[in-house]
Amino acid sequence: MTNANKATPGEPSEVELLLPWYAAGTLDPNEMKEIEAALANDPELASRYEWVRSELAEETAIGDAVGEPSSADIKTLFAKIDAMPARRSQTASGLSERIAEFLASLSPRTLGWSAMAAALAIVLQAAVLGGIAFHEKTPGSYQTASVPSAAPGDGSYVLIRFTPQATAEDISTFLEANDLSIVSGPSGGQLYQVRVAPKKLPDDELPRVMRRLQKDKVVGFIAAMP
Amino acid sequence: MPTTSDESLIAAIAQGDRPAMEALFARYRIPVFRFLMRMVRNETTAEDLSSDVFLDVWRQAGTFEGRSAVSTWIFSIARYKALNALSRRSTEELDDEKADTIPDQADDPEIALAKKDKAAVLRQCLLKLSVEHREIVNLVYYQHKSVEEVAGIVGIPEATVKTRMFYARKKLSELLTEQGIERGWP
Repeated sequence: MTNANKATPGEPSEVELLLPWYAAGTLDPNEMKEIEAALANDPELASRYEWVRSELAEETAIGDAVGEPSSADIKTLFAKIDAMPARRSQTASGLSERIAEFLASLSPRTLGWSAMAAALAIVLQAAVLGGIAFHEKTPGSYQTASVPSAAPGDGSYVLIRFTPQATAEDISTFLEANDLSIVSGPSGGQLYQVRVAPKKLPDDELPRVMRRLQKDKVVGFIAAMP
Repeated sequence: MPTTSDESLIAAIAQGDRPAMEALFARYRIPVFRFLMRMVRNETTAEDLSSDVFLDVWRQAGTFEGRSAVSTWIFSIARYKALNALSRRSTEELDDEKADTIPDQADDPEIALAKKDKAAVLRQCLLKLSVEHREIVNLVYYQHKSVEEVAGIVGIPEATVKTRMFYARKKLSELLTEQGIERGWP
């Protein structure tokens, strides 16, 4: 990437082209470092990156607002499968694990979220941290985007992506020290919805809180939730 | 927490393992549905397409060779289904859809306020992007796909992925300018 960093007139630089993937956290570590350095040394680029962050936050809001398919979708699928010529069925080893995974993919809305929100937040946060701990032990394992997205209620929320180096303990300490709660995530990848205050903060207060949180080593990306 | 790799599930599905199909479905039903919704903008169509996508996975699991990640394979099937569905739509339907995405120009107080909200305007502009642009924006920003993964899903070279994303953002800039928000280049 280094040699292609300089843009020819009228053409974007390689760094500029990669900003969306930098914001999404999907570049390799070397590219992440190069772009981080470029942003630190180029205020104009940094200002453009703010727009990229806004785009990511709004696209996330659009995606999350879609909701979920009907809970009958699995029946529809298997009705179609059953209508096909029969195939050999295998043992159901690991079935309970798989059913648990399916149930975990159902949103709080599907499960009647209003009665369960508080309990779910605690369980989900534990699950997220457990997942991070699990991920540390299994490099290369795939993380899904199917953890339910809870519809936040009152309060102020941000989207956070934790750095790959952050351990479950680091994140737990960070959440506790700042009195934060993960309400859902990761949404569409590595972004978590995090409640920063139980009531809606004034417009000028949230950016201040975000700047403070951004300084913590566990935070790779932070944006206000629309 | 998922403990079975996608590849293992596909191998089991190829042998007719229904619980494996349930597990893979549980893992991808929401991201695939949301991607399809972003493409076709119709809940019923997106649900139908989603079950067709997984039906194809069930049928074709035996032919999956692992040249790309399972998620790339599934999203490329979803994209193909969405584009086919869009091409089948009549001009009339597309006109109706277009009209639905264009905000009413009547400046009632609520809309006037929304217009002042940069985030709301940006969201409206994202919704107005073409199919080609909104698919790449969704894959990068929402589905968190790498350059390589997007190239695999869309079937274009990696360099084209980067420039297509850039031109999608450039179009976004133009739409923002039309709404009175000047953000510079792109």
